[in-house]
Amino acid sequence: MPIGGGQAFPLHFFDGALPTPIRICYEIWDCSPDDWSAELEAVYGHVWHDPVSWAREVAGHGAEALYLRLKRAAMEPSADLTDVATDARRIVEASGLPAFVVGCGEPDVDSALLPLVAGELAGRRVALGNAESDTYHGIAAAAAGGGHAVIAYTPMDVSLAKQLNVLLAQAGMPEGDIIMDPTCSAVGYSFEYAYTVFERNRLAALAQNDTRMQAPLIANVGQETWQVKESRASEDDLPGHGERLARGVLWETVTALNLVLAGADVVVIRHPESARLLRSAMIGLSERTGAWD
Amino acid sequence: MGLSGLQIFKQLPKTNCKDCGYSTCMAFALQLATGKAGLGACPHLSPSVVELLGEIASAPVRRVEIGPADARVVLGEESVLYRHEKRFEHPAALTLLLTDSLGDAEFFTRLNAFAGQRFERVGELLRPRLIALESTNLDWLLRRAADVAERSDAGMVLISEDPRVLVAAAVHLKDRRPLLCGADLKTFDQLAPAAKELDCPLVLRGANLRELEDLGLKALDAGLQQAVLEPVAASPGDLLQAHVYIRRAAVRDKVKALGLPLISFPCRFSVDPLLQTALASAFLAKYSSVVVLDTIDPAHILPLLALTQGLYSDPQKPMMVEAGIYPLCDPGPDSPVLITTNFSLTYYTVMGEIENSKIPVWLLVMDVEGQSVLTAWAAGKFVADTIAQFVKKSGIEDRVSHRRLVIPGYVAGMRADLESELIDWEVVVGVREAADIPRFLRALGRES
Repeated sequence: MPIGGGQAFPLHFFDGALPTPIRICYEIWDCSPDDWSAELEAVYGHVWHDPVSWAREVAGHGAEALYLRLKRAAMEPSADLTDVATDARRIVEASGLPAFVVGCGEPDVDSALLPLVAGELAGRRVALGNAESDTYHGIAAAAAGGGHAVIAYTPMDVSLAKQLNVLLAQAGMPEGDIIMDPTCSAVGYSFEYAYTVFERNRLAALAQNDTRMQAPLIANVGQETWQVKESRASEDDLPGHGERLARGVLWETVTALNLVLAGADVVVIRHPESARLLRSAMIGLSERTGAWD
Repeated sequence: MGLSGLQIFKQLPKTNCKDCGYSTCMAFALQLATGKAGLGACPHLSPSVVELLGEIASAPVRRVEIGPADARVVLGEESVLYRHEKRFEHPAALTLLLTDSLGDAEFFTRLNAFAGQRFERVGELLRPRLIALESTNLDWLLRRAADVAERSDAGMVLISEDPRVLVAAAVHLKDRRPLLCGADLKTFDQLAPAAKELDCPLVLRGANLRELEDLGLKALDAGLQQAVLEPVAASPGDLLQAHVYIRRAAVRDKVKALGLPLISFPCRFSVDPLLQTALASAFLAKYSSVVVLDTIDPAHILPLLALTQGLYSDPQKPMMVEAGIYPLCDPGPDSPVLITTNFSLTYYTVMGEIENSKIPVWLLVMDVEGQSVLTAWAAGKFVADTIAQFVKKSGIEDRVSHRRLVIPGYVAGMRADLESELIDWEVVVGVREAADIPRFLRALGRES
């Protein structure tokens, strides 16, 4: 699944070639989430105790790619990391989809886990993450060894993003194997900061032709928007705000679409309805008659 | 925009007469350049110089005002393509479309729903601000405009395919200063003189760049200052292209005829209100000042209002919340005390996760000039001795019966130092990522 490669901002077909479509990935976990909104539970609650079924389920919803978060390593401290890595392979294989596979978020655990995952999935070329400024070295080496790409994660800062790309390059990571996750936030929750960081990352690549910034951008939307109260609170807890499902789906879709306009090549969502809506909106925004050329 | 003090100085009398209140003409020029002084302060400028400087100093997108004097909606004065270059100036107005195909009951249901939508976010009142009435029937327009005026203070957009109806409606409603929609190349000569005379802003509608530029030029020639551009597009993709091209022409190439606010109708592209909302969000980001919808469901409106508020916020101002004690979920004397920094993104993320957990917490928010936890720690602002001072002065010791402070996982290393500074307190290392806060709080609750 090729991603990126554009010579313009996403959806700005009138400005330059955009050879690959925006990729919509579905986020799933390798264990039952304990903090996902009731609307997500309504869709996935019956399968999320069994991540292999969950992976098949999202493939059935028309997912183009999987974003697998290996949260079990953090939630079950006694879990054997070798098992976690083996399960990761089984889940990815069951989905039959191109995959982004990220660790549990605890640096010590991930530093041990991700090399095992890279080995299990060797040859399948996943995007492995997250490589951060203090853990990138081992993860980059493991990714390269297994023929994978890496997700370079930085906390919402243009210069930190560039710095990490430089470090990854020095560690021998080929340019075409880096995907940047510059951190996103949900609409209404300092979203403008994320919007501008995406926009400035993309401008650095396009307008300033900064080769260190020409990696595709991934926006991790679902985990942000499904945490906000507008997506979680029941109609009783939030009167006068409309139905919770519409709230949650639109919060996710509007956040995702605007980050695409700001430069994201890949968006990670949680709800299949958001994926459907986002795809419809992007199809509409891609249709041109030439009248305005 | 962008005129330097020196360029302005060249046009001034250079007499240093001080009539403007500044000691020299150069000082005055520098204040003019930064927008801190107005041209009117100098009584010695010739009209031609005033016009020249006024022209050059004004934003590439003209200021346009809709609505009655006590509820003005101001649009335009935009000067950048990307918000970080300066800022987006006047927030876009969400607009509800009401057409004559709606029955009485439906009309009033929607109108009342419109008036009821007011959301407070970050200390600001957000709401849809304009109502668009569409009909070729003059009586309907006038009757409904009266209903709107009675039930809300919304500004109005009057839409009619019949220019005579539009002019007649404008004559009756001119005191409310509606936006008249609209004039194309065929109807321009009928509508423009009336719009100018009645002092109502006029929509200029064109099917391609050349048509719109022609209309913009005609408006300039006719002295019609108050106008809004409506690029008519067959698809959302065409509309996105039109918006981007028009704003680029205005800002980058200084094409005056296209230096006007934009109106868009995402409601024309889909009857699915969710898709309409998604498309509307794209046009909010890409330069539309008036975005017309035919949905008024709060689940659709609020994300658009919140998006607009964010996009139009000032990126030069550090994003901070006020420091202090934030009681979340109604905490009591036994509730845990967490500390974080006053960077608004950090605060909102942490606050959101605590609210999700529904576990009562005292959140201490420390002033570190709007930096995140790690940045503030690296800058020496969020370190043991400053945190200790803040905790002692915050007054939290009077609110809780325990002495247990949870610090962010990212600054785990300062735990021992902080305990030696805060002698009565036990310091607990929390989680690194906000998403893990609910889990952490539940475990903390089980522990104690």
